[in-house]
Amino acid sequence: MRTGAARFDFPGFKVMTFLCLFILYAPLVIVMIYSFNDSRSITTWGGFSLRWYVDVFTGPDSAKFKSAAFNSFSIALIAATVATAIATSAALAMVRGGRFKLRTATFGVINLPILVPEIVTAVAILIFFNTIGFTRGYMTILVAHIAFCIPFAYLPISARMQGIEGVYEQAAMDLYADRKQAFRRVLLPMMMPGIFSGFLLAFIISLDDFIITNFVKGAGVETLPTAIFGSVKQGIRPNIMAISTMLLAFSTVIVTLSWLVSRIDRTK
Amino acid sequence: MAGGAASGGSATSDAYAPARGWLLMPAWLVLGIVVVAPVFLMLIYSFLTKEFRGGVIWEFSLEAYDQFFFDRGLFGDEPPTIQWAYIQIFWRSIWQATLATVLALLIGFPTAYFIATRPVQQRTVWVFLITIPYWVNLLIRTVSMRFILRDQGPLNDFLQWIGVIAEPLTIINTNIGVQLGLFYSYLPFMVLPLYAAIERYNFALSEAAADLYAPRRKILTRVVLPAVKPGVIAGCILVFVPSLGSFLAPDLLGGARNFMIGSLIDEQFRGSAGNWPFGAAAAMILLTLVLMVLMVLARQQARLEKGAG
Repeated sequence: MRTGAARFDFPGFKVMTFLCLFILYAPLVIVMIYSFNDSRSITTWGGFSLRWYVDVFTGPDSAKFKSAAFNSFSIALIAATVATAIATSAALAMVRGGRFKLRTATFGVINLPILVPEIVTAVAILIFFNTIGFTRGYMTILVAHIAFCIPFAYLPISARMQGIEGVYEQAAMDLYADRKQAFRRVLLPMMMPGIFSGFLLAFIISLDDFIITNFVKGAGVETLPTAIFGSVKQGIRPNIMAISTMLLAFSTVIVTLSWLVSRIDRTK
Repeated sequence: MAGGAASGGSATSDAYAPARGWLLMPAWLVLGIVVVAPVFLMLIYSFLTKEFRGGVIWEFSLEAYDQFFFDRGLFGDEPPTIQWAYIQIFWRSIWQATLATVLALLIGFPTAYFIATRPVQQRTVWVFLITIPYWVNLLIRTVSMRFILRDQGPLNDFLQWIGVIAEPLTIINTNIGVQLGLFYSYLPFMVLPLYAAIERYNFALSEAAADLYAPRRKILTRVVLPAVKPGVIAGCILVFVPSLGSFLAPDLLGGARNFMIGSLIDEQFRGSAGNWPFGAAAAMILLTLVLMVLMVLARQQARLEKGAG
């Protein structure tokens, strides 16, 4: 059948695929190249240099970027951890909890942040914090991030759990393991790849978020995306390209890691 | 679950049923309080009176919706006529999102088809290549697009260098700039579900059609396409919905004249010129629109699946 599929190839489709990849990567690659530009102008090439990378860490904006980076990474770390725990617990009930009345509704609620346009979620969360009189700042960003990271952590975790047959836990319990032991010693280790990629994806989603963060952040508290957005509004400067390239590289590493981990279990 | 075919499978598929409530509690609490309840709160806010420095006064008012749909003159005392300004913004957004979806489908389908017809080992690598840009920060991708499309940017430089154009094209701050931005932002969303559908497609069907002397083009349009329609619908939803409410592409690649719903809503919550009830109303209208699209497509999806047996 596989050899059969290749028979129905269209030569033009290969060209389209390369065009698609070119469109996806060209802008990123060009920004990467220009981040090494020695010139102060973003239009002319002035030779290779790392000066804008140095500028990110020591230049006039470095204090702003440092605090933004701290906020971004600490929020992403906490939000992804909490969201992963919540998603794992929910996946247990959804995948191993039998049929129940609210199953469809629960599924809808979990995936709501993915289905609804982000700006709608952003407005809703802002209104919520305003109504309960919560001052906008680090905490409001964190709470919002925990909420919208849940579906992204849930997807790989539940997919992984569905792939694990019940026989393994059954075997453990036949050998007198109790429910808790069967979970801790059998199911949890087998689910680890799913949990790990769920965590990483939630981490990236939190790190990347702009719209919701921009609504709930309040004055003075910035994350990397909101800081970058603020700078870009005054024009794209080379230091923005350097910081973008670093974030880009970081995301790529994380996603590659997540991909490699998710492949581990395929070999079984 | 379908995985319950093995003897032990069904035995543990409800192993956690007794603890179900406790296990779901955290997700329900967090999402219920931070996302679901606030959406209802937003509905209420859209019927409140605006406070002049942002926020609301808790007094019932239809003013937000009235302002959206009707024009009552500068002082609000003229007979109401239809207010086209906001409807136009919504119309432009729908139009832009539709174009972005069609463009993504035109590039995305051949790509997904090509990947799905590769040998299994190669497929994961191709899919991975499509996935990476999806996970790269959307803001950074939009900024890159702005950098490329500038009047003195690399694209114009290149086009002038090969002699296609004499003067640089103005793309930023036009509808075309926004359009390219939307298409670029959500292209991976199209390829992935399409690929998933085509990969599951049984090419024996194509063999059968070929045996009956169907030309390859016909096989594609009459056999493959109907079979993978659920994937096409999923891909279209995933491009259309975020495009419709998108903020970054119209903000960074458009200008004041290429406003989309996202920018309109954002503006209502920024600074003292804002109008929270109006912003909430606009967000409610957007949400209603999205839910309508989702419902129509979900119904079609269900019909297709039933038809497939």
